[in-house]
Amino acid sequence: MKYYTYFPGCSSSDGGAKAYGMSTEAVARALDVELIELEDWNCCGSTPYTSVDELASFCSSARNLALAEEKGLDLVTPCSACYVILSKTNSYLKEYPELRAKVDEALAAGGLEYHRTIKVRHLLDVFANDIGFDEIASKVKRNLGGLKVAPYYGCQVVRPGPSFDDPESPQSLDRLIECLGAEATPFPLKARCCGGSLIISEEDLALGLIRKLLDSASSNGAECIATVCPLCQTNLDVYQGKVNKKFKTSFKLPVLFFTQLMGLAFGIDGKTLGLEKCIVPAEKILTRYIER
Amino acid sequence: MEATKAQVTGTLVGEISSVPGGERIRLCIQCGTCSASCPNANRMDHTPRKLIAMARAGMREEVLSSNSMWLCASCYLCTVRCPREIKITDIMHALECLSVRENVSSARTLTPTMYRSFSDFVYSIGSVPEPSFMILFYLLTNPLRAMRMIPMAFSLLTHGRMSIKARRLKPEAERQFKAILDKAEELGGI
Repeated sequence: MKYYTYFPGCSSSDGGAKAYGMSTEAVARALDVELIELEDWNCCGSTPYTSVDELASFCSSARNLALAEEKGLDLVTPCSACYVILSKTNSYLKEYPELRAKVDEALAAGGLEYHRTIKVRHLLDVFANDIGFDEIASKVKRNLGGLKVAPYYGCQVVRPGPSFDDPESPQSLDRLIECLGAEATPFPLKARCCGGSLIISEEDLALGLIRKLLDSASSNGAECIATVCPLCQTNLDVYQGKVNKKFKTSFKLPVLFFTQLMGLAFGIDGKTLGLEKCIVPAEKILTRYIER
Repeated sequence: MEATKAQVTGTLVGEISSVPGGERIRLCIQCGTCSASCPNANRMDHTPRKLIAMARAGMREEVLSSNSMWLCASCYLCTVRCPREIKITDIMHALECLSVRENVSSARTLTPTMYRSFSDFVYSIGSVPEPSFMILFYLLTNPLRAMRMIPMAFSLLTHGRMSIKARRLKPEAERQFKAILDKAEELGGI
């Protein structure tokens, strides 16, 4: 059994990416990984907050780090957007003494201290590097043979780094998909941007980026896309219809969380994995693998 | 006249340099790798390379009122490619914060309002309930656009992807969170 402090983030806990949280927990159980949710965690700090009030964002992030430090375990999040902010705060508090002094003072107002001893990890890193591909392959009950999956990393899981994988041509998700028996298709845009939250304020711009991604995945033969981030999943799945309308395309690519694919291969039923929450239905391409 | 110009020049670059991640701005060699890497540079008033040049030339108003940094999606591609290891994404965030503080944010992009709606929720309850945040954003910008979002909202609801109830911290945790943020506010920024 391996233990971690778990930071689901707003979206995976009870938001639009609820299926990510559900499948993460189910897959972790199957792998003998105990994810202990950080009690009373707050918003990671988030890119929007960083762009409005940097100090407040660092402090918001640091409260989570301080609470996690009391447990002494690595802090794991499945959300790339949370990951980038929590890791940035963690490393900047070490690198910049003036920032540290201010954040320490703010934390003290809440009766907290942070000694900068914990590590922030992305779930993909934990599965790929702590659990390992052999262990994951050993849990496969239902080989996903023949399924063609585009491995989509997006940005913030590998950048700015230093990261557990290459910032522009990462491989860990490719390998993970293959150890489930599925085929990781070539995906030149695998680490390019989906637009993130700009889909809300700059929809036209983001739809253009999403279109390029869907095009790159489908023209390389993918039947579905696997993502490691709630924002990426939302943009590619929920807005796929808008892309089709705007660009007169006819994409029908299901967009799954990588944990949902793992769960399928482990023989976990579709409902537990939240498969029915995909807007572009995934059942059709997955019928041969779904346990009902 | 020249002295004033130099002073102003010192000011914006100095402010950016003092923000964590902004300290290497003076090392920029204007190679344009950032602009070539940026997925959104074509929609920006000024590309990232040019924005850095303008900031260094002390063009404070033009820089802070431009839409450029608000179109940054924080993909960090420029940051990992910069041959001078300048954290350009951090500089974009610093410019956004300055523009908010000075109340000169570009009116040609809705991103500042979107970010503020988001941050208001973080400050008041410590997390972001997606539906309420979206509704607030649309009310503040264009309620008519909200109408166009109804089919999508309905689809999210029927797929079990929209929680009406916001996640709340325990009262003592919320008080602690607020105390920390209020102290941050009192410290007057970074």
